[in-house]
Amino acid sequence: MTRWTPDPTFYPTPRDAAGAPAETLAYVAAFDRAGEQPDAIAVVDTDPGSETYGRVVGWTDLPHTGDELHHFGWNACSSALCPTAPHPHVERRYLIVPGLRSSRIYVIDTKDDPRSPRVVKEIAAEELASKANYSRPHTIHCGPDGIYVSALGNGTDGGGPGGIAVLDHTTFEVRGQWEADRGDQHLAYDFWWHLTRDVLVTSEWGTPDMIEDGINSELLLARKYGHRLHFWDLAKRTLVQSVDLGDQYQMTLELRPAHEPTREYGFVGVVVSVEDLSASVWVWHRDGGEFQVTKVIDIPAEPAATEDLPPALQPFGAVPPLVTDIDLSVDDKFLYVSCWGTGELKQYDVSDPFRPVETGSVRLGGIVGRVPHPSFPDERLAGGPQMVEVSRDGRRVYVTNSLYGSWDDQFYPDGVGAWLAKLDVADGGGLTVDPAFFPHGDDFRGRRVHQTRLQGGDASSDSYCFPSA
Amino acid sequence: MSGGQIAVLAGLGAFHGLNPAMGWLFAVARGMQERSRGVLLRSLPPIALGHLASVAIVASVVSATESVVAGNVVGIVGGAVLVVFGLWRLLSERHFRWAGMRLSTAQLAGWSFLMSSAHGAGLMLLPVLAVGAAGAHADHAMPGMRVDGTPLAALEGLAAAGVHTLAMFAVMAALAVGVYEFVGVAILRKAWFNMDRLWAGVMVGAGALTIAITAS
Repeated sequence: MTRWTPDPTFYPTPRDAAGAPAETLAYVAAFDRAGEQPDAIAVVDTDPGSETYGRVVGWTDLPHTGDELHHFGWNACSSALCPTAPHPHVERRYLIVPGLRSSRIYVIDTKDDPRSPRVVKEIAAEELASKANYSRPHTIHCGPDGIYVSALGNGTDGGGPGGIAVLDHTTFEVRGQWEADRGDQHLAYDFWWHLTRDVLVTSEWGTPDMIEDGINSELLLARKYGHRLHFWDLAKRTLVQSVDLGDQYQMTLELRPAHEPTREYGFVGVVVSVEDLSASVWVWHRDGGEFQVTKVIDIPAEPAATEDLPPALQPFGAVPPLVTDIDLSVDDKFLYVSCWGTGELKQYDVSDPFRPVETGSVRLGGIVGRVPHPSFPDERLAGGPQMVEVSRDGRRVYVTNSLYGSWDDQFYPDGVGAWLAKLDVADGGGLTVDPAFFPHGDDFRGRRVHQTRLQGGDASSDSYCFPSA
Repeated sequence: MSGGQIAVLAGLGAFHGLNPAMGWLFAVARGMQERSRGVLLRSLPPIALGHLASVAIVASVVSATESVVAGNVVGIVGGAVLVVFGLWRLLSERHFRWAGMRLSTAQLAGWSFLMSSAHGAGLMLLPVLAVGAAGAHADHAMPGMRVDGTPLAALEGLAAAGVHTLAMFAVMAALAVGVYEFVGVAILRKAWFNMDRLWAGVMVGAGALTIAITAS
């Protein structure tokens, strides 16, 4: 049922959203690598005034096993206020939760009891395949005309092309494949958009058969993983331009466009350069009609003793930073960069997107460092800051430590564990670990943890159609 | 048209102009995106034109049909259509689907036409048109007049659509400029009343009213 006034979590401008109240709950994707227990959505108390602050206070097991929950998103967000097809009286209440391995998509209702969300619908892998010819659903964004879901593979054989399927806003039925003309685009991963510019951007990882058994070093050294960005006409659904970053830059993953509608730039993280194991962050921007993609951050590999390295890295004698997630604050001021290999979360002031200035850094875990959480100094942490989520007001940053089941096992072969840390952002930049917030280990009941979504929205959940000023 | 009819047509026009989904908010967004009041102002006429086209088609068809068929058929059938459409709008949660914000002037008019048509804006004028026709029938009860009167009746429908759209334009322009210049879009969070539900309710009421007037 629709509301009489707009959902209070919808904001017309990024500046309005940055003034939103602090979140009181976080939803965390938790998956069983063995596929024996069901995956789950864990609910974590983020209200500092609560007695259960920083603890898992809710848990919803899914009805199947082997889904490998990864990314997920809301049914509706601030884009519902966009003036061409407004529907601001729908509620932000359902989490759209894909299983990256099973290709099943769950719809989970958080309204009746936000601490105990319940599964209200399942979209079978067969429906996604038959209606959109896709599998391995990944990123969810609430669009003006439907819910967009990126998918890594085609619906038949574990190959490509991957792309985007559209779900109906109301019934959650799969409406079909989004692309009208995909040109030579074949690899898929993340997507997001500049709504007011009619631009959709997609990135490239690999097809399911390139990733599901672990990172394939032959493919990597042959530079076969994705290294391009694609720019599409959002209204016509056609590919307009592809930009190749250079085939040494393997795996263009997370896309973070500026939230401000008048800004037509965004950031993309590259996992690894096969030339020197460095990671990088690039900016896409419009230059004389065409998009250009410019490298703005280089993060070098850190030398390490062979005996400290997992077998996969021993030939190289170094730890690659492995930038696998980035996140941009709602005011477009700070960019957070996860270095999952070296176990570091970096904060950059990107007020000038072409000249990022490093303003903060926190080390937790890491392939060699194994830096413990300050409140548990005896526990050497595995994994590193990976999925990063920023509160709407930009004051709090949440990081989880698992990348992707089979890849965790290669880089952290003695177990990646499970932890969710919270970092506080100082005025003007700088990060400190919140000592009181660290659900980890058995709190997550043997599951690994991936994306976090904050109640009411966060820095990577909403897009806006009205400029702040 | 009587003064009463003009007042009702203008009132409905104001009601349509008030609805952010009918275009004033899009004009504000376009102005804000380009940081230009001129862009906002230039967006308003094509939106009004699209609305006019949508409403005029319905109004002239209804008026013309009314002039050739027996007195209350259009009113009763049209009223029933309106009730059903209104109920469907009330119960359905589907919303107008449109991706794409960078529209040319012609596309903007097209968007407005589709938006108005999808919302059944023209249908909402039915009671006024039906009352007008019923009055006409009563005044000149000569059967021969009806066929000759068809184009004239269609013109009457166009005039009704024109009056309606003028009022719509005035309200839309006032709101767009007011929000753009003074109030700011944050007002939407509190003040954007669910027009769709009210709209559907008005439709059901208008349909019932039309049937009541024309059947009596």
